[in-house]
Amino acid sequence: MTTCAAATTQVDLTKVKPYGDTLNDGKVELAFTLPVPYGEEAAETAKQWVQKMGFEEPNVTYYHELCPGYTFFVVYGSATATIDYTKIVVPKVDGEVFDRVECGEWIGENIGRDIVVVGASIESDAHTVGIDAIIQMKGFHGHFGLERFKNVVAYNMGSQVPCEALIAKAKEVNADAILVSQTVTQKDIHIMNLTKMAELMEAEGLRDKMILTCGGPRISHELAQELGYDAGFGPGKYAEHVMSFVMQEVKKRGWEKKAKIEDR
Amino acid sequence: MKSKLNLDPKVVDSARQHAANVAHDMQKFIERHTTVSTERTILRLLGVDGVDEVDNPLPNVVVDQIKEAGGLPTGAAYWMGNAMVQTGKTPQEIAEEVGAGKLEITKLPTCTQEEAAAAIMPIVKQTLAHIKAQTAKRNEYLATIGEGKEPYLYVIVATGNIYEDVIQAQAAARQGADIIAVIRTTAQSLLDYVPYGPTTEGFGGTYATQENFRIMRKALDEVGEEVGRYIRLCNYSSGMCMPEIAAMGAMERLDVMLNDAIYGILFRDINMQRTLVDQYFSRVIIGYCGIIFNSGEDNYLTTDDAYEAAHTVTASQFINEQFAVLANIPEEQMGLGHAFEMDPSIEDGFLYELAQAQMAREIFPKARLKYMPPTKFMTGNIFRGHVQDALFNLISVWTGQSLQLLGMLTEAIHTPHMQDRYLSIENAQYIFNNARHLGEEVEYKKDGIIQKRAQDVIKKADALLAEIEKEGLFSTIEQGKFGGVKRPKDGGHGLEGVCTKGDNYFNPFIPMMLGGEE
Repeated sequence: MTTCAAATTQVDLTKVKPYGDTLNDGKVELAFTLPVPYGEEAAETAKQWVQKMGFEEPNVTYYHELCPGYTFFVVYGSATATIDYTKIVVPKVDGEVFDRVECGEWIGENIGRDIVVVGASIESDAHTVGIDAIIQMKGFHGHFGLERFKNVVAYNMGSQVPCEALIAKAKEVNADAILVSQTVTQKDIHIMNLTKMAELMEAEGLRDKMILTCGGPRISHELAQELGYDAGFGPGKYAEHVMSFVMQEVKKRGWEKKAKIEDR
Repeated sequence: MKSKLNLDPKVVDSARQHAANVAHDMQKFIERHTTVSTERTILRLLGVDGVDEVDNPLPNVVVDQIKEAGGLPTGAAYWMGNAMVQTGKTPQEIAEEVGAGKLEITKLPTCTQEEAAAAIMPIVKQTLAHIKAQTAKRNEYLATIGEGKEPYLYVIVATGNIYEDVIQAQAAARQGADIIAVIRTTAQSLLDYVPYGPTTEGFGGTYATQENFRIMRKALDEVGEEVGRYIRLCNYSSGMCMPEIAAMGAMERLDVMLNDAIYGILFRDINMQRTLVDQYFSRVIIGYCGIIFNSGEDNYLTTDDAYEAAHTVTASQFINEQFAVLANIPEEQMGLGHAFEMDPSIEDGFLYELAQAQMAREIFPKARLKYMPPTKFMTGNIFRGHVQDALFNLISVWTGQSLQLLGMLTEAIHTPHMQDRYLSIENAQYIFNNARHLGEEVEYKKDGIIQKRAQDVIKKADALLAEIEKEGLFSTIEQGKFGGVKRPKDGGHGLEGVCTKGDNYFNPFIPMMLGGEE
């Protein structure tokens, strides 16, 4: 990895804080609204609130009345809190990541049969954008979807698919993996939906017979694992990330000759 | 007006003629059929409202009873008229008796169709008078307190709680918004009934109910009077209850309604026969009461590629226009949709977006074009997102779009916070004001990138429409020509709610509304 400037060599990685234009200046920009009437008292309130958050020298650079009783602020401050970077642990999806063509070849060489996946945006969620990005031929942002992968058969059931229907389809086509998409997160509805799916898989005795993954803009691998999924795919993850995981997992589980669920 | 894009008027006329033929062909199918939601709409317009003791809406209870008895081909108007003749009661009283299990509406002695029609006519006239009074009220507001300039600033509220929505909506109006859309809760589109009463729980939006419409209408009238600008209210006449929600919108003076002839088929997997029959009555109502409909072409670009599939948007706009013509909707109420959704990494992408928006304006000169913001390529980088929205705003004012759904810098993160809406409105106001007459000053280079792009898209749209005319709309959708989504003719939700009309079927509202009667 290359670094930007000589100064970074002086960073104490056990005590990291934000960087503005000088090491350890701690500069942070904040934008927020307070439910108070616009005026000098509002600005002072914002300043003190930012101070209480642990920022030194808070500077209210802009404030504006959104409507009577609500004021919007832009505030700069210097952070005092630090984090020990050397102690950070982030759970990540296991295995190597291959590109689309490599995935197809790898499956041909290592699995010797097509890998079957079924995906859907489940329950109340009407958004197809996530599952389409992974499965549809066009993919997203120049990353082709699973329909364009060799040795992969992918079924896209679209949105608002009940968990029961998704499981039924996965059984019908002997899926190796299920891909669950969730976009709406208001009031943690995605947690409820994803939990329901995991519990139903368990109840049907299928949990160890299929690989269960989920994805969406607010989903991390860590969250997925907490909810009982094998892997989770968040922003910046594309079809090749999903398939790299699934195919290596199929191999790990020894399902090369177990295309049928009852054999697993 | 001379075309700045040097579009060939023969190609435009040809595309429009193909679309008219597609719509006419489909209209024959539509006129032979009715649906449960169409019949429920008739009951609502006859004053039936409320729920039974287990919260089933009475229009559903009555129509379900008629359907189970095999009476749907005759239509709810006949059965209700007959029940009035036989019992001397009002439609609401009759529906309540059906709901209480005291009356089987199809088991009464029967009168002639003429007698039934005569019995309901006073109520039909009363309802039409109420709707016309609402339209007159809107016109009075527009004449007295006035309205914002086009492109109207259109923002959404989506808290799930109608009372919280009111706070957000009034705040947005005070910040400069001209149109407030109350986003519906996720999954309402697939409910085969309209929930009842005020609601405070929803996911990603708030239930569309008649009471919620009333609450928001009142709040927007209040704030409109305060800021000296009529604030338009928008909701969704789409999904399984298209015409019912249009009727509620007409009665409660909504101003804008999402309503697309084929959106529900493609994106909600609603059966195509059901949607096409439902959209007709919903559009007749919308045309009658002065609501601007918004079609949903922008959605194709979230599932298909905006650069490659641009002609499908144009083709769909023509189809939506021609279905609207058949429902007697004036051009000024046609909010044909499109969107700024090309991948921002495309070189000259701005030029292609400009070509598309300019072309829509030239092809549909009087339409209230609805322009939708970038969503697909918003990343969570709010700073870049704000710039994408700025480019979108620039094209809008430049090409004279009518309804500008404001992009939010926090798109792809959360439903808008109060400050997000302020920043978006400020962005649009700055650009609209700063570039107000840009379009009048600028012409495009002959045979340059912009002209060529528009000429290419309209040619492809014309070819697609010719193909649809040849194959029929049903078959085209089955093949996945729109939005890259395939739907079977007998698949999807709600087919069981479609039936062929009997010989003595009648719906008094359609002819009277088409005739503009009061």
